[in-house]
Amino acid sequence: MTRLAQLGNGLLVAGVLLGAWQALVSLADLPSFILPGPGRVAQALWQNADLIAWHAGVTFTEVIAGLILGSLLGAGTALHMAVSPTAKRFVRPLLVLTQALPVFALAPILTLWLGYGIGSKILMAVLIIYFPVASAFYDGLTATPRGWLDLAQSMQATRRQVLWRIRVPAALPALASGLRLAAVYAPIGAIIGEWVGASQGLGYLMLLANGRAKIDLMFAALAVLAVMTLVLHRVVGAGCDRLTARLE
Amino acid sequence: MTAPGVCLRGDASFGGTPLFARTTLDLVAGGWTCLLGPSGIGKSTLLRLIAGLQTGATFNGKIAASDAAPLAGRVAYMAQDDLLLPWLDLRGNVALGARLRGQMPDTARIDALLGRLGLADHAEKRPARLSGGQRQRAALARTLCEDKPIVLLDEPFSALDARTRADMQDLAAAHLAGRTVLLVTHDPMEAVRLGHRLYLMDGAGVHRLPPPGGPDPIRPVDHPETLAQGARLLERLRAVA
Repeated sequence: MTRLAQLGNGLLVAGVLLGAWQALVSLADLPSFILPGPGRVAQALWQNADLIAWHAGVTFTEVIAGLILGSLLGAGTALHMAVSPTAKRFVRPLLVLTQALPVFALAPILTLWLGYGIGSKILMAVLIIYFPVASAFYDGLTATPRGWLDLAQSMQATRRQVLWRIRVPAALPALASGLRLAAVYAPIGAIIGEWVGASQGLGYLMLLANGRAKIDLMFAALAVLAVMTLVLHRVVGAGCDRLTARLE
Repeated sequence: MTAPGVCLRGDASFGGTPLFARTTLDLVAGGWTCLLGPSGIGKSTLLRLIAGLQTGATFNGKIAASDAAPLAGRVAYMAQDDLLLPWLDLRGNVALGARLRGQMPDTARIDALLGRLGLADHAEKRPARLSGGQRQRAALARTLCEDKPIVLLDEPFSALDARTRADMQDLAAAHLAGRTVLLVTHDPMEAVRLGHRLYLMDGAGVHRLPPPGGPDPIRPVDHPETLAQGARLLERLRAVA
């Protein structure tokens, strides 16, 4: 499918969904404090553009910082586990633990420790993406085709060179699929953090609007969050595609 | 380069089950030794033992070069799969050994090698853009680039079509002349064309066969004696339990 056709397809789906939304609101005669129509939400978005943009900027900062830190930490952990059996023995259970503990449950504690600022939200995003990135990259690093390793051994390769010249490039597609997941998970972490305790960010704005029965504002913030996540997913996906295309 | 002979003597078992009984495999110094046998009989394990690669088997015996110097660092290895790295161009693939040892590759020599193997026009292409025959030629260039006196070939031509296979045999014979080569193969014709010495591996172990007659290797595909010996060897292979 060409880019233009893809875009057309996306617009069509969005149009159908918006139409169905408006139809539901009109036909069921829903009051706007239960479900405002798309027109009202667009109006709220327009009227509160500055407010929403400012809060979106905060959330965006948290998400990007969490994404970068979490990816680096996850990739570093995977590399460390791949080269050191001791690290594998000690870090692997820890890695599984970060996934076993629901991040939602940690949010209040993180807010208690790190305060209402963006620190606790960044940490939430880091925690939520750490496992998928580390686990995908580690799987890739341990799945290097046997033949390449045999060849390297017959060439008297050093371990460091085998890691950087064979194992890491061969594992990049696996890392890419971890990063794609991270791009959609990171906003979840940041928003949970903002719900639990914050004075800024889209999550905070949504709670605030909800509490004041400004449901149209809440939906406007939600729409901005969805667009942000979609764009992030596309940008990271495109970057990953370029990375893996260079390896094929 | 004077290539030493290599002698493997011993037995191997795989988790308690014997893989081969006490066996002697004596590689001709500076010539081709062909180890023939049906698939799955353990030929590759023998080759991998000499190469110092993981086999999963327990080997009980001795592997030594005739000049008494250690084998490590004097062996080049080529497999059925070309094992080219898809993210490197041909030049990068041929230079892999040097890079993996943390050395600067000798680009002039690499380009000369690619030229000798008819790959000069493809030096900057990735493996995915080449045919199976070209890829295997690139793998041969990589093996030659290692410039080792002992070369171990694990069915390197078996995935090629008949014509490309015969061409590759000619190329390999020409470029590996003077080195000690072990070729593991399940193709009797290939063994008869290339071998100075032949071994047959069956369930009981490794048997040395009389050396092929006729002209010196590489023997022409249509030489009557080569054809007859190939046929006899095929019969013998079919009789292996």
